[in-house]
Amino acid sequence: MNPVNYLYLASLLFTIGAAGVLIRRNAIVVFMCVELMLNACNLAFVAFSRMHGNLDGQIIAFFTMVVAAAEVVVGLAIIVSLFRARHSASVDDASLMKL
Amino acid sequence: MTGLAAAATTTSTGEALQFWVLGTVAVIGALSTVLMRRAVHSALCLAGTMIILAVFYLANGAYFLGIVQIVVYTGAIMMLFLFVVMLVGVTAADSLQETIKGQRWLAVACGLGFGVLLIAGIGNASLTHFNGLGQANAAGNVQGLATLIFTKYVFAFEITGALLITAAVGAMVLTHRERTERAATQREMSEARTRSSHLPPLPAPGVYARHNAVDVAGLLPDGTPSELTVMQTLRQRGQIRDVSSEALADLKALEQRSEDRLGRGHDSSPREEEEAAK
Amino acid sequence: MENLIALLVAAPLLGAVVLLCGGRRLDRIGHLLGTVLAAASFVIGAVLFVDMLGKGAEERTFTQHLFSWVPVEGFQADVGFQLDQLSMTFVLLISGVGTLIHIYSIGYMEHDERRRRFFGYLNLFVAAMLLLVIADNYLLLYVGWEGVGLASYLLIGFWQHKPSAATAAKKAFLVNRVGDMGLSIAIMLMFTTFGTFAFGSVLPSATDASEGKLTAIGLMLLLAACGKSAQVPLQSWLGDAMEGPTPVSALIHAATMVTAGVYLIVRSGVIFNAAPDAQTAVTVVGAVTLLFGAIVGCAKDDIKKALAGSTMSQIGYMILAAGLGPIGYVFAIMHLVTHGFFKAGLFLGAGSVMHGMNDEVDMRKYGALRKYMPITFATFGLGYLAIIGFPGLSGFFSKDKIIEAAFAKGGTEGWILGGVALLGAAITAFYMTRVMLMTFFGEKRWENDADGNQPHPHESPRSMTIPMIVLAFGSVFAGGIFGVGDRFLKWLEPVTGHAEGDSPVSAMTVTAATMVVLVIGVGIAWAVYGRRPVPAVAPRGSLLTRAARRDLLQDDFNHVVLVRGGEHLTRSLVYVDHTLVDGVVNGTAASVGGLSGRLRKLQNGYARTYAVSMFGGAAIIIAATLLMRAV
Repeated sequence: MNPVNYLYLASLLFTIGAAGVLIRRNAIVVFMCVELMLNACNLAFVAFSRMHGNLDGQIIAFFTMVVAAAEVVVGLAIIVSLFRARHSASVDDASLMKL
Repeated sequence: MTGLAAAATTTSTGEALQFWVLGTVAVIGALSTVLMRRAVHSALCLAGTMIILAVFYLANGAYFLGIVQIVVYTGAIMMLFLFVVMLVGVTAADSLQETIKGQRWLAVACGLGFGVLLIAGIGNASLTHFNGLGQANAAGNVQGLATLIFTKYVFAFEITGALLITAAVGAMVLTHRERTERAATQREMSEARTRSSHLPPLPAPGVYARHNAVDVAGLLPDGTPSELTVMQTLRQRGQIRDVSSEALADLKALEQRSEDRLGRGHDSSPREEEEAAK
Repeated sequence: MENLIALLVAAPLLGAVVLLCGGRRLDRIGHLLGTVLAAASFVIGAVLFVDMLGKGAEERTFTQHLFSWVPVEGFQADVGFQLDQLSMTFVLLISGVGTLIHIYSIGYMEHDERRRRFFGYLNLFVAAMLLLVIADNYLLLYVGWEGVGLASYLLIGFWQHKPSAATAAKKAFLVNRVGDMGLSIAIMLMFTTFGTFAFGSVLPSATDASEGKLTAIGLMLLLAACGKSAQVPLQSWLGDAMEGPTPVSALIHAATMVTAGVYLIVRSGVIFNAAPDAQTAVTVVGAVTLLFGAIVGCAKDDIKKALAGSTMSQIGYMILAAGLGPIGYVFAIMHLVTHGFFKAGLFLGAGSVMHGMNDEVDMRKYGALRKYMPITFATFGLGYLAIIGFPGLSGFFSKDKIIEAAFAKGGTEGWILGGVALLGAAITAFYMTRVMLMTFFGEKRWENDADGNQPHPHESPRSMTIPMIVLAFGSVFAGGIFGVGDRFLKWLEPVTGHAEGDSPVSAMTVTAATMVVLVIGVGIAWAVYGRRPVPAVAPRGSLLTRAARRDLLQDDFNHVVLVRGGEHLTRSLVYVDHTLVDGVVNGTAASVGGLSGRLRKLQNGYARTYAVSMFGGAAIIIAATLLMRAV
């Protein structure tokens, strides 16, 4: 098997995650889909790392994880406070950005 | 260790088998994450996908990342998700009905176009030659990563540290609520309780013991549900399940069966008529 | 000595400033102050003249550089003066006649409350006119040019409580503005062509420029001259300008300001010499105006308007002569000076008559005044003889020379111009005799004025008669002094140049012809107005007479062609503006508004919609990247 298949898998997962972001209304699920996209990227980085024969790709993937952790903390806090304010976790309910 | 290192440079049949099997599961997991109606199911599916990804990391020679993926990502972050899901309401199932006109078609079209383009791009690129990580991992994967992190990427590393701290503080700021009135003391609470009409403990939910879930209101003797039996938080959110009609239907079915068994035929008892009139 | 030049302008300018800013406390001495300062200007001019006479012909150009007005790289506008023979002639005429008319005005305006202001305006005019003639560059000349326009406006409208005077002032100002545009365009053309507008730089190098440019400059200068000198087609303001006080008519609208156009053309002679087409235009304008003014002068019953027509006609002679080129420049100026004397004298005489007749201007209500106003009659009569060209008087010398020069132009042109000039002389004789007969001869046709006062014709006070007498002397002798022995020719020739034309007829023949037409003109006038009594109410008259009474329909022409045409143009422009321009503007606004109204719906506030557009954009970018790589 050609290891490039990992990249196809990564792009497939990324696309599924992106479609999920667009389709789902529940903020938590949207957020999970974002995580899925990040993980797909990580898989690609790891595959690239293997392709080039050095560890820089893994380092980047590692940093992605750290940033994702920070993002999750803040994002979930936002969801919680949003839920407190609106009693709803739907992203469509927060549609005040229009005339 | 040597076997794993070898797996990084060559694509053995074992790895191919592993890829095709686990890859299929990962895609199914990802699709389920998107398509499950309940957030908690989505979270579980995602956790599964992540674990499979961890396996793939390991297969690709990224041993440290594979472990971190399992421990930190799947273990910690996904649990955080689950906590929030619980907080928001674990039973709340989303409707998958689309409310924005054309959104779903656009999303699918964009997703398909994007995926096709990505795959086409990867297919176009000449990525046939893989160097493998045998040499890079020679001194151990963790050691190699550590060397890079504390030399080449030390600034990025420090900055991500600052970012984590900031994120933690930010989360606290976001979820912190300033108390706008003095908290009632225990004495005041007990006095208020004494003055209220419910001096004894509130009734427990699930009088008929068919359901002891916290969100099911207990039934009064006449079969109507009492909201007092449910937690105040759930009451405010409106997340109370009403099982009174089910319970009455069950009760009726039970009586029907016992009367059938006793051979009373279709004689309607006065009580049943009373129920029907109600 | 040359430093005195600036004082020529400074003295009357000081008078103007003091009199106009001084307020009422100067009322009692204002007129004297103004007169003294005008006289001071004349004295300075005379001193400079004597000094100039003492020098050789080549050294007679005095210059004085006062200061740099706009000292910018490549645009040097200086305030500097140049006093040569041509300027000197004008300086003496302006300050001399100006001083006399100041003196005359002391008497004439005695009963006017605003006499101080009047003298302030007169001083302003003298200062501006002197600046015009002694400027050493076209830009400074333009300052003087506008200054006399302003003074003329103020003085025509001096009795602004009369609507007719206010309107006339406005009309004069507006018509003059057309000419001023010509001058300013000419100056701009000069600057683009020569890079300067100093006489000393432009005129010597004029022949270097292309003929087309010189023709353009010449035509623009001609337009300017037409405006200021009341030549066809910008002649319409002069008749109405007679609404101003009579001394103003005498000074500005007869003797000095209206001759500024002649000065401009003669001063720019080098340009016209190199642009024959422009020169031809000048002669045509002069010839047409000559007849136009003369015909109008025949029909008018208002004594001042008759004289105004005459002025127009006489300036037509000058312009005609100036258009003849070097043949005629000297005679144009000579006629200008003699005309300055006798026309000022005639106007002052007319003023004197009006003064005695309760400000009546209709000649049909005069008659037999020679016994009541002997001095006026004598001076007016001498002016009359001078203007019709009675042998020996000034008009004879100057006009005769112009007719000769017109014939000397040569060819068919020469015959036509000469014929026109001769015809003009005949008509001049006719209408001036008519004025003379209707005013001073025949029987009394006096009528009470609007307030019922009976006229008591009487001789005017000495302050008015003395200037008339002085001017009468000028009318009689100026021509002789200038003409005999070609003194004036020799005096001016170094500046303007002179060429003897190739006349198909001898000078004697021309003189004889002039005499014949003079006799014919006088004869006809006597036959019509001398032998028969003059009707007190104007007869209906022929079609030409009626047209001439309406100034040959000049105002109707202006109304139909310019006013109506302008209105139509404006209306169509407004229409275009409303439909086309506004349509484009409003259409653009409406389409932008409609488009944004539709685009606004894209902003529905749903984060997911925005996410779709981001995602689609990312897909497009990837597609573009792949496409570029593939190509």
